[in-house]
Amino acid sequence: MSTVRRWWRGLSDGLREFYVAPYRRTFARAQREEDDLFTLIVLSEALGVPNPASYYTIELLPLLHERVHEWHTRMGMDRSPLENVACC
Amino acid sequence: MNSLLLAVIGIAMVLGGYFLYSKYLASRVYRLDPEYATPAHTMNDGVDYVPTNKFVLWGHHFTSVAGAAPIVGPAVAVIWGWLPAFLWVTIGTVFFAGMHDMGALWASARNRGQSMGMLSGRYIGARGRSLFLVVIFLLLLMVNAAFATVIKNLLIATPTAVIPTWGAIVVAIVVGQMIYRWRMNLALTTVIGVVALYALILLGDAVPIELPEGSAAPFWLTILFLYAGVASLLPVHVLLQPRDYINGVQLFIALGILYGAVLLASPAVVAPAVNQNLPEGTPSLVPLLFVTIACGAISGFHGMVSSGTSSKQLDKETDARFVGYFGAVGEGLLALGSIIAATAGFATLANWEEVYAEFGAGGVGAFVSGGATIVNAGLGIPAGLSATILATTAILFAATTMDTGVRLSRFVVQEAGELMGLRVNKIVGTVVAVGVAMGITFSMGAGGDGGLQVIWPLFGTTNQLLASLTLAVIAVILLRRKRNALPALVPLVFVLIMSVYALIVQLSAFATNGQWLQLVLDVIILVASLWVAFEAAVAMVKAWRGPEVTDDTEPAPASSSAGGSED
Repeated sequence: MSTVRRWWRGLSDGLREFYVAPYRRTFARAQREEDDLFTLIVLSEALGVPNPASYYTIELLPLLHERVHEWHTRMGMDRSPLENVACC
Repeated sequence: MNSLLLAVIGIAMVLGGYFLYSKYLASRVYRLDPEYATPAHTMNDGVDYVPTNKFVLWGHHFTSVAGAAPIVGPAVAVIWGWLPAFLWVTIGTVFFAGMHDMGALWASARNRGQSMGMLSGRYIGARGRSLFLVVIFLLLLMVNAAFATVIKNLLIATPTAVIPTWGAIVVAIVVGQMIYRWRMNLALTTVIGVVALYALILLGDAVPIELPEGSAAPFWLTILFLYAGVASLLPVHVLLQPRDYINGVQLFIALGILYGAVLLASPAVVAPAVNQNLPEGTPSLVPLLFVTIACGAISGFHGMVSSGTSSKQLDKETDARFVGYFGAVGEGLLALGSIIAATAGFATLANWEEVYAEFGAGGVGAFVSGGATIVNAGLGIPAGLSATILATTAILFAATTMDTGVRLSRFVVQEAGELMGLRVNKIVGTVVAVGVAMGITFSMGAGGDGGLQVIWPLFGTTNQLLASLTLAVIAVILLRRKRNALPALVPLVFVLIMSVYALIVQLSAFATNGQWLQLVLDVIILVASLWVAFEAAVAMVKAWRGPEVTDDTEPAPASSSAGGSED
């Protein structure tokens, strides 16, 4: 019985890889775009962009700190655009 | 000639190529090294670069490259007789496609998994990269027009395929929901999806849907383009991903049904080995055969898949032999199945000649009707139902390629807009992509014949041009490393000469018939071909005269964003 179960699990894993692999990149890009938008909204206060939700998003700034470097390099900026967030 | 014998000889030839020639390529030409750290390991990011089991990667690679083209091309080309098509498919797979696909994987894996576009820039020059983008744009334009016409023809010729064709969209959406929303086991979901698809095939077989003769073609074409436009705008997890998956599974089932039937029925091939009684207006075998069958013998599109996604997932460099070369073998077997169905599935030679009454008239319709006869004889499935199964399979392939083609065309339009300083949104990009493809399809009237009879050879030529660019990149790398470059140079020269020759032949035909749109496309492709030949020759002479480059002296390629693919 355990052999059948192992075989079934192996089959399911192989099929999942077959299902996921061709679109892994597309999903990752969509995720990155969403993250970038979120990052921009949270950082908008510091960047001087009007943000109607700053009362809520400002609390998230410390949480984003570690992701800022990845974000600004992806946006085509070699250096951090924020004086108080000097990541590199 | 017995079809079983033909199948056995064909399979033996391509498998012989895999066991002997690919071994030579792996050890002496590409010198695949099991210890080489592939980009999947050195750049593992869990997204693009992921070491993948070679069997799973082969399945992914094969279903990405296999579409309706290896069915349509050979089924059109048997008008010259089964022997030329058979020889081009088998020899092409062994010496052209296998080395090309495996070489593209190797070249990309040795260059941080970069795409062929990036490699063209690196090894052939900046103009080589621009050329690559032009060729891809043309290929995408034509693939949408040609495949829409293939589907329209099948829906009209096989009205029993209408319900499963459109029902498959609902099945795909439900499968997507089962996986993402209900978190169901994928093996169980697959079984349910395939059973639902075959239930629709049974329903379609019982309830054929026929439209009035005059309005059927423009109606189906318009609906197809509308569908492709909408599908390309939807999030991929809703429709495209589950649709690709179910179609991939269906590909293996259909291949199993067809080859199983040939094994059991082994009907005689009624078509002549070399057709001396060619219908009037049929172009000459040389050079048209070599562009009519592109996928199935050699296809530039495979180089894009090899270097775009597969190379980033190679666990070991030696897996390139199985994934790349054996992927081409799979495609060759699909083309071989198409040749057998289109030549052995008829009762008499007269019946066959009736179908192949003019160039382009046989095609995928002959594959469906001929294949259905064989499946009926071999497996006992009623001929009508067999035809529905094969027509649905071919339609699903073509539709999946169309979905992706429209989506990629939209990206190209958006990128071109950005280069001109215009911001093109998704909807406008899709309208432009679909509009141009529709323009080509309806360029010869409301029947949509402009999409196939005329565009197919041009599509094949563009595909071969892309293959030439990939072969040129491989040849330059081999020459730089002072290795035997003949396995790449011979196919390169042959394919390029045949493409240019075919373009010149078609050019005069377009001018004579006043087909101005096709004439313009032909001239653009001809200029691109001559440009490829020139750029490749310059790069190769430079590589040949230059000092030997080894792994230690090869400068590291520039890093590329997002994996360096055009995707």
